[in-house]
Amino acid sequence: MTGPTAVPEHPEFLWRNPEPKPFYDIVVVGGGGHGLATAYYLARNHGITNVAVLEKGWLAGGNMARNTTIIRSNYLWDESSAIYEHSLKLWEGLEEDLGYPILFSQRGVLNLAHSLQDVRDSVRRVNANRLNGVDAEWVDAAGVKELCPIVNISPDVRYPVLGATYQPRGGIAKHDYVAWGFARRADELGIDLIQNCAVTGLDVIGGKVVGVRTTRGDIATGKVALAAAGHSSVLASMVGLRLPIQSHPLQGLVSELLEPVHPTVVMSNAVHVYVSQAHKGELVMGAGIDSFNGYGQRGAFHIIERQMSAALELFPIFARAHLLRTWAGIVDTTPDASPIVGLTPIENLYLNCGWGTGGFKATPGVGWCFAHTVAHDKPHPYNAPFTLERFTSGALVDEHGAAAVAH
Amino acid sequence: MTRLPTGGLIDRTTVLSFTFDGRPYAGHPGDTLASALLANGVHRVATSVNRGRPRGIMAAGVEEASALVQLEAPFPEPMLSATTIELYEGLVARGLPGRGTLADRPDPGRYDAMHVHCDVLVVGAGPAGLMAALTAARAGSRVALVDDQPMVGGSLLGTRGELSDWSASVLAELTSTPEVLVLSRTTAFGYYDDGFVLALQKRTDHLGAAAPDNAARQRIWRIRAKQVILATGAHERPVVFADNDRPGVMLAQAGRTYLNRYGVLAGNRIVVFTTNDSAYVAAVELAEAGAEVTVVDPRTDLAPFWAAECARVGIAVRPGHLVTGTTGEERVTGVHLAAYPSGGASATVHCDLLLVSGGWNPTVHLFSQAGGKLEYDAELGAFLPVAGLPGAGVLGAGVLGVRVSGAAAGAVSLADCLAGGAAEAVAALSDLGVAARPVASPPVGTDRVETAGLVLWAAPVEISLDGSDLSDTRFVDLQRDATVSDVLRATGAGLRSVEHVKRYTTIGTAHDQGKTSGLIASGITADALGVDIADLGTTTFRPPYTSVSFAALAGRDRGAIFDPVRVTAIHPWHIEHGAQFEDVGQWKRPLCYPRRTASGGLEDLPAVVARETRAARTGVAMMDGSTLGKINVQGVDAGEFLDRIYTNIISTLKPGFVRYAVMCGMDGMILDDGTVMRVADTEFVLTTTTGNAAKVLDWLEELAQTEWPDLRVHLTSVTEQWATIPVVGPLSRQVIAAVAPALDVSNEAFGFMTWRSAKIVGIEARICRISFSGELAYEVNVPSWYGIAVWQALFDAGQPYGITPYGTETMHVLRAEKGYPIIGQDTDGTVTPQDLGMSWVVSKKKLDFVGKRSFSRTENQRPDRKHLVGLLPVDRSVLLDEGAQVLADDDVSQLPVAMLGHVTSSYRSVALGGTFGLALVRSGRDRIGERLFAWQDGEVVPVTVTGPVLYDQEGARRDG
Amino acid sequence: MQLISCPWCGPREEAEYHYGGQAHVAYPHEVGALSDADWAHYLFFRDNPRGPFAERWVHAAGCRRWFNAVRDTGTHEILAVYRIGEPQPELGRQASR
Repeated sequence: MTGPTAVPEHPEFLWRNPEPKPFYDIVVVGGGGHGLATAYYLARNHGITNVAVLEKGWLAGGNMARNTTIIRSNYLWDESSAIYEHSLKLWEGLEEDLGYPILFSQRGVLNLAHSLQDVRDSVRRVNANRLNGVDAEWVDAAGVKELCPIVNISPDVRYPVLGATYQPRGGIAKHDYVAWGFARRADELGIDLIQNCAVTGLDVIGGKVVGVRTTRGDIATGKVALAAAGHSSVLASMVGLRLPIQSHPLQGLVSELLEPVHPTVVMSNAVHVYVSQAHKGELVMGAGIDSFNGYGQRGAFHIIERQMSAALELFPIFARAHLLRTWAGIVDTTPDASPIVGLTPIENLYLNCGWGTGGFKATPGVGWCFAHTVAHDKPHPYNAPFTLERFTSGALVDEHGAAAVAH
Repeated sequence: MTRLPTGGLIDRTTVLSFTFDGRPYAGHPGDTLASALLANGVHRVATSVNRGRPRGIMAAGVEEASALVQLEAPFPEPMLSATTIELYEGLVARGLPGRGTLADRPDPGRYDAMHVHCDVLVVGAGPAGLMAALTAARAGSRVALVDDQPMVGGSLLGTRGELSDWSASVLAELTSTPEVLVLSRTTAFGYYDDGFVLALQKRTDHLGAAAPDNAARQRIWRIRAKQVILATGAHERPVVFADNDRPGVMLAQAGRTYLNRYGVLAGNRIVVFTTNDSAYVAAVELAEAGAEVTVVDPRTDLAPFWAAECARVGIAVRPGHLVTGTTGEERVTGVHLAAYPSGGASATVHCDLLLVSGGWNPTVHLFSQAGGKLEYDAELGAFLPVAGLPGAGVLGAGVLGVRVSGAAAGAVSLADCLAGGAAEAVAALSDLGVAARPVASPPVGTDRVETAGLVLWAAPVEISLDGSDLSDTRFVDLQRDATVSDVLRATGAGLRSVEHVKRYTTIGTAHDQGKTSGLIASGITADALGVDIADLGTTTFRPPYTSVSFAALAGRDRGAIFDPVRVTAIHPWHIEHGAQFEDVGQWKRPLCYPRRTASGGLEDLPAVVARETRAARTGVAMMDGSTLGKINVQGVDAGEFLDRIYTNIISTLKPGFVRYAVMCGMDGMILDDGTVMRVADTEFVLTTTTGNAAKVLDWLEELAQTEWPDLRVHLTSVTEQWATIPVVGPLSRQVIAAVAPALDVSNEAFGFMTWRSAKIVGIEARICRISFSGELAYEVNVPSWYGIAVWQALFDAGQPYGITPYGTETMHVLRAEKGYPIIGQDTDGTVTPQDLGMSWVVSKKKLDFVGKRSFSRTENQRPDRKHLVGLLPVDRSVLLDEGAQVLADDDVSQLPVAMLGHVTSSYRSVALGGTFGLALVRSGRDRIGERLFAWQDGEVVPVTVTGPVLYDQEGARRDG
Repeated sequence: MQLISCPWCGPREEAEYHYGGQAHVAYPHEVGALSDADWAHYLFFRDNPRGPFAERWVHAAGCRRWFNAVRDTGTHEILAVYRIGEPQPELGRQASR
């Protein structure tokens, strides 16, 4: 199909729908982006294919289907930028690797600064990024206007734009295509993707996980890799494991299709906007996290209203765009706004959670590293800092406290 | 012309001229853009987005999936359905090829929001809704009735005036009943928790350019209802067949609505293709209006009543047939028929309008958003609200506090809709403890539905006239150009979930959000997979029900009201004296006070800061410190409370004294700092940093109430009650002496870190000997009401000494020269008091305080934590960037480079004779004297590490 | 937006409140005697169930009082509210889904 809003065709075949087998070498719990990527890299990088991905609903139907698809790696701390930059590098070759048109568009990401402290934090982050080998630059307000002409840089707005950090290699991708690309390849490599299969229990014998109970029967397994995002606490509690995770609603929204007006991605932590214009032409926006714990995949509407006020501060041109659809995911947040990826006190049980708002962009990177962790029973260097133990030692990777930009 | 000479709910005495696709047309008040176009014979209004196919008007309401237009005047608005735009004089619009265009100029519209609390909210003012509202109103309840049309009646508006007198009388009664709110042009678009319904009211859009400038164009109603009755009706469902997207292919009820409500006969030779009885009334009425009508119905057991009616008005009926395809380009010219179910093409019938009815989909969006369960009804071919849940009524269904009535609950006949509305209201009122009786239904005709409908999602593809594969023009979602073959590709690819099919095909993601296509896609998917649609289900009904402009949602919270602007009592003086401001949290703070230069320009920032800092260090200067957070802490346990909050001991402080204090979070990281003034044995006043005031008060209240409810302590924010004016510099004593002659300002009588009461220009002031600059300084606190008077008095008294007002930038330089950190600038949430070199402020004696336990964690014990140090550039003319990274080596050829820390503060200093900075550097205190490198935007600046205190290290200046 | 009943003021809009996370997490006695792991659990680890959850709210834009609620995190239904110091009420029902 052609036309201004046409997107590439999907392949004729995506995946089988196999019945679960009685035993797998590795069971990945959670068929979202992270679970699918983990399964794919287990097969691709480690040759492990007797793997099942268990998904309680439909593949990639959780946060993967509900995010705003921003990709960047310009995080402040060395540990964060390393894993996100690893991810970004994988993004850059992913279309070819997966043989799937994932519409990865490196249109650049701007993170706006609105106060002098924002400017200091931004400059600090840009310098750190560059010394970490991450492309980054500081642009002033005029530079912002040049990169994204619809941003209102007038000094008369409530919180004027003082400048921005810019990561040219950042961008967006088509979330469903990404997930399906991983799923298709994993399926091709022999991995069983099992949907409508909720995990109801984990069998632990002698401190070792040996099996998974599901709504589609019991499955014996050598290793279990949890990649269940907002549901991680519920799963971990099945084996008495308590996590420093809280699950919150995070809402997003889209407009109708519009002629192209927004060539890049703009994020503002201070006024809480992040917006891009997707390939077909809809404006895609994220709102702030709802404060309360919630598994209902819905948030409060005043969060959306607030989001719109903020958006119009920065983009007055959006005034008569229309909200077409809203949704909410369940984000798993940690005290330091960094993920937990690694081993657990239970042998052969591995944990990947706590990505908060950073999960989508990390998809290939964390899939790669988590697969390594599970395959070798040892963290990959990129996820080694993101242990559960850090909350005891105090060695946090505090993207939160350091006023870095969420999402 | 297709406008009939009479009939319809339009005002024929007024002519409205409008422009569509560049051509002028005329219509009447009461028209929609769609009806006016049809009245002018315009069927093609848009072009499909990807395939460029001509598209027309397929509905008469919000379910329109095809006729999307861009408004150009009076103000551009992207993507609206022609069927929902009320016609106004001067309307300019054009058909959209799939994407709208945003205006390139600011929206002059005003938007606002209103809150409503009611006992019963009724959504929809059709027959069921009117009955429900009337029943509730007569019971004396507070009722809100919202409806998206300009007039009440709902589905009745598409009839030949059925119950119109009754509707009018109900409206009149409702509007005259106290506590009843009727909102027309108002669409309930989302159900949120606990009876919270959001609705959008289009208040002036129908007035066009005549809309008053001062009226809110659109309004969000935030309705909190104890009981919600959804009387939202149903949307007619098409049947999919080849080339079903041509202009002139329309839902049957839409054809009837255009006839009866707008007086438009949309075609002269009309084929009505229906699988159920509901479309027969349209056929008959259109025939009676003069059209030549053929009915095509796959069923063979036609209802005798309708067979007779058709015969009476000369309608040819083709039972046992269905439409498999159409001809025509800009407008349908004919339909292909085939026998059903045997298959095989049978005939072509010429027509200029094809009306389709595949049954009805109850409008269950809000119910579903409320968490209501849906269940497939095989007879209706639709998902219906499940009855029998808590609070559900007899005829309807509901979740707690949400009921559905009328066609939305699956009722088919008018009588059932009327009775259902009243019954649901009675049930809702009963839940509220109000005994009510249903109002009597108005008399209506007998029920004419005599034959069950046939559920048919799509005409079988193999039935085509020439044997060609027509599946690729069997459009399921017109807007997305998505067809039956797309659905089949999706299922063929292995997809088993409707959510996956939706994403693969994009069906249901367009402007109409799948109102007519979603269920059909589910049906086709279920058939393709060989599963029951009842098990397969539908995609989720996400809010909003119809699109809502961003501006309406933003409402009035824009510009200055986006976030409150806070200013101090002295703010007018700052403006008058040319201050430049910076945003600090919500506050506007003077950044500096530039003066005119000899050349007539303004001083630049370095020049101002040089002048202001020089005044503070050598003469006297003053600033407005009123934005400092101030918290009054009272109670017999106030000292104990503060001992637990701060890292140092507070309870030993004597009245009349002031202490610097630091508080940490439970994690041991610095949260805030400030001074604590003991006013009396049981009263303290704390200051916080400007940006943290609210956060600190929240934190203290949380601890007081949840951790230590036994402590007798009361906390009150007094930030706005006090104006705070530091008077700073070696000559400050003279200024204070001048304004407070009764006060002994000598160092002996009024020592450092004490405070005194004194009168300044008759105002009782609290004066503190504290200093954030290292200089002799007096912080004058007066009730903010008198802030500007006292400021002026100090300014006047300081004139002989050249008193200089200064802003935050100078404050920053002064404090940085002394190595005083700013929490939030020199710290970032990962910094402890020890990191700042302030172990002296951490009590060793106290058993516990907030954060203490965290100091002994492994990470906090590391010898190589980051420390606050001073950095002196080797070249003292080079200004470090705040945010520059600190490196051990100047070789950055190998990335990544290990970073030791970063520059937190950096200034040019008159007092230090050059630039300097503060930085957090790994093992910084062990590196004093070392050469390090600051890396900033590619430039490497050699620096020398020093202690953080660079000016007056012996502290000699604080006493003047 | 949830409608939350402040035990002091009555039902008010969610926007008037701030959320405070899990309730009944007492500050440990003798923190000096705690292991780093136990202290970390107090600092950072909170229950996160799907279903009824005893949690804290503060009526920030109202009486500014903290109170406790039991709320179903799956449905957002508030099952009980009670004042600080009062025991958590017995609930006659489990998670609604």
